[in-house]
Amino acid sequence: MSPLLEVRDLTVRLQMDAGMREVITGTTLSIAEGEALGLVGESGSGKSMTAKAIARLLPKGAETDGAISFDGTDVLALGGDELRKHRAEVAVVFQDPRAHINPVRRISDFMTESLRILNDVPKAEATSRAAVALEEVGIDDPAKRLKQFPHELSGGMLQRVMIATALLSEPRLLLADECTTALDVTTQAEVMAILDELRRDRGLSMLFITHDLELAGAVCDRTCVMYAGQVVETRAADKLHGDPLHPYSAALVQARPDITSTADRLLAIPGRPVSAFEAPTGCRFAPRCPHVVGACRTTDQVIVELDGGRVRCERAVELRGNLLDGAHV
Amino acid sequence: MLAFLARRMAMLVATLLVASFAIYGALYLAPGSPIAALTGGRSVPPDVLAQLEERYHLNEPFLTRYWIWFTSALHGDLGESIPLHEKVSTLIGQRIGVTIQLVMLTAAIIIIVGVGLGIVGALGRGSVDGGVLLVSTVSAALPAFAAAVILQFVFGVTLGWFPVLGNGDGFLDQLRHLTLPALALAATSVALVTRVTRTAVREELDREHVQTAVSRGLPWREVVRRHVLRNAAIPITTVVGITIASLIALAAIVETAFGLNGLGAYLVQAAQNKDFAVVQGISLVLVFAFVITNVVIDIAYAILDPRVTLGSRAQ
Amino acid sequence: MSIEILDPVADVEEAAPSRRRLRQLGWVGWLSIGVIAVALLLAVLGPVFAPFDPNSSDLSYANVGPFGSHLLGFDGQGRDVLSRLMVGARTTVFGAAFVAIVAVFIGATLAIVTAWFGGKIDAGVSVGVDVLFAFPGILLAVLAAAVFGPSLFSAALALSLAYSPYVARVLRGAALKERAMTYIAALEVQGFGAWRLCVRHLLPNISSLIVAQGTILFGFAMVDLAAISFLGLGVQTPQADWGVMVSDGKTSLLQGYPLVSLSAVLCIVAVVAAVSFLGDRLDTSSKGVRR
Repeated sequence: MSPLLEVRDLTVRLQMDAGMREVITGTTLSIAEGEALGLVGESGSGKSMTAKAIARLLPKGAETDGAISFDGTDVLALGGDELRKHRAEVAVVFQDPRAHINPVRRISDFMTESLRILNDVPKAEATSRAAVALEEVGIDDPAKRLKQFPHELSGGMLQRVMIATALLSEPRLLLADECTTALDVTTQAEVMAILDELRRDRGLSMLFITHDLELAGAVCDRTCVMYAGQVVETRAADKLHGDPLHPYSAALVQARPDITSTADRLLAIPGRPVSAFEAPTGCRFAPRCPHVVGACRTTDQVIVELDGGRVRCERAVELRGNLLDGAHV
Repeated sequence: MLAFLARRMAMLVATLLVASFAIYGALYLAPGSPIAALTGGRSVPPDVLAQLEERYHLNEPFLTRYWIWFTSALHGDLGESIPLHEKVSTLIGQRIGVTIQLVMLTAAIIIIVGVGLGIVGALGRGSVDGGVLLVSTVSAALPAFAAAVILQFVFGVTLGWFPVLGNGDGFLDQLRHLTLPALALAATSVALVTRVTRTAVREELDREHVQTAVSRGLPWREVVRRHVLRNAAIPITTVVGITIASLIALAAIVETAFGLNGLGAYLVQAAQNKDFAVVQGISLVLVFAFVITNVVIDIAYAILDPRVTLGSRAQ
Repeated sequence: MSIEILDPVADVEEAAPSRRRLRQLGWVGWLSIGVIAVALLLAVLGPVFAPFDPNSSDLSYANVGPFGSHLLGFDGQGRDVLSRLMVGARTTVFGAAFVAIVAVFIGATLAIVTAWFGGKIDAGVSVGVDVLFAFPGILLAVLAAAVFGPSLFSAALALSLAYSPYVARVLRGAALKERAMTYIAALEVQGFGAWRLCVRHLLPNISSLIVAQGTILFGFAMVDLAAISFLGLGVQTPQADWGVMVSDGKTSLLQGYPLVSLSAVLCIVAVVAAVSFLGDRLDTSSKGVRR
């Protein structure tokens, strides 16, 4: 069965003060129906831009190469009505809910807008559907909340409203862009639990973007790790944590302090994460990699298939199994 | 919302009281005796003097006089003009119509042209935007009296399209006579409103919640109407309101320049003639209009922005 | 939404602010500076440069157009227009400067006093300021003219009073922020007096805002003062002043001789446009926002 979403060799350049800069290089990933794919990376890795490219929300002046196909349709070629239909099928849950909801309109307006304008659903029916959706995401007294304005709700509640609204339009793909980053840890856990449950219930595909590797592992089927605009590893989520194939993934796994043991120092990856346009030739992770050899810096790394996953490291086979054992700087 | 309204009304009353006190008290700052100021330095026979003292309660303490004046004013009695022997309220009534018509026509121009150009400039392409900027820069450089003189010369004297002086008879003729004055009065305000509208709409276009609406596949027209313009309406309404409030005083300039028989022009004449009762009366009316307009702006702001609970609009 | 991509390289490339500002001026900016310089020069030395006596009138030359060394011809009273313009710069420019300085002075004092003491004094002064807001500048000038007789001084004073609440409101915010800073509290604890702290610490830190306000006000003041003189309530005819010239020239204009009024209008508009353009540039370069 062909995947619902296929991104093939996507390259994105953005217009910045200093000119056009590449932020995503040759990225390939795919999501099957009902599958949740995690996209993990630090700032500048290009993960958010990938989601924006899929939803056609890239900023003005952006250039794209490669192909994105959603249910067989070429997403990048869409325009007008077709584009709008595509957007309605791909629901996005954004990072900062307070900024992403119009502050001068009521919650009911926000939630039912799509239904009323695109699907011609009468207001009363749309509102009652919204109330049901609010209950599903665990908000009490939905009738009251619907009449309120965004500034009267907390950040966690607003994010639940966002999720409920995203699901109301019955999309086929959910793009969650760091949707819990702006929340405190307890709320984060609650919101994630709701998102996960509802997604599975409806069999929705999801692209879950986060910088938190463990979080991705908890809710996703497969995980993609991005660095400097490239996908460096794609692996089944449960395998990634115990058996990472790429030195960067291994470093991410290890950077998370283990709650059961004590350590003298917190492990950190030396150096800082770079964007695609700042990266050197050859392997982009080479400057920070504890397993680097001469060839790494000169040859562009290609994808190697290994143990059901894909990894962008020519040394992957020989390094297999040795990445998590204290072999770091 | 009710608390907010009550607070604003209280402020309105307080401001009116203090302002009227200042207006009335200004009489006493004038060099010379109050009588001299009232009569404007004209010589007056002693029995008339005694009558004046009686009628203007000049033998009573200042505060009493003020209070009598103010309370009468609230009933529509603004006293009498000494030189003209007519009730001030009558004199005002004869002229307020022209001023109101002028202000309303100007307001219409400011809103339609100013807000319209601003929206067009913000939403349109670079070249359209450039054109809008050019027009607004030119019009920004034309303060009311400058615009008045230029318009008078170009459209009145040279081209003869519009009358240059006077009020006109009948509705349409009056409108013709008010065209150039309204345009002159509107010039700088249009520039300001255009600029603020353009900035407000542009900023709103960049906001995240607009991106949310786009991401849902809503048609661009709906996105602009329901999210961009609706939100930009807040600062736009505020600036339009403030601009219209300022028209109240600026009208005096174009009325004088175009020989219109309005309240503003009359105020200037009365000041030159030292007709104090008239100056006080018109000043009170103008201050009242100004304060009421500001309260209306505050109310509109509170309606448009549900985040405002109490206090005045954010500056 | 602004897209945030780490771009540390770009931050380093910023040139020093003052050099950047000069480069941003462009030809319009330099033209503006030129216009203002000429206006200032004329304001100070106008009578010296004027080729003819601005007040000597010869009715046989009334409304005669430019000829010979009378570059702008004569006004309705047979006086040389160019000389009157040069001399008229003085009242217009200095009057506006007076208004700007006094308004800023009053506004800044009010702002600092209310910011410093806070509480009841703040509330009380705010009420007073709110009342002042109810008086448009022109109205106050009319009242002043009625009470004291029309003159440049009464008009300028009235305008200063009318503008000060705007200055006070803007500066109050900045003063409050400054007041709340910990270094002020630290100095207070050490025993430094309020006067010293206000003058030597609060004031300098809001000084750039004060200057910006003053510049904006100068432009408005010029326009308003000229308007008041135009109405006959400020500078009095036959004294040469740009606003008065616009008014004096109206009769000639209506007869088809626009030179007096239009040249005076052009002078006012040129200076105001120059001041507001530079004021805008000053504002944007310090904030780093460009539209």
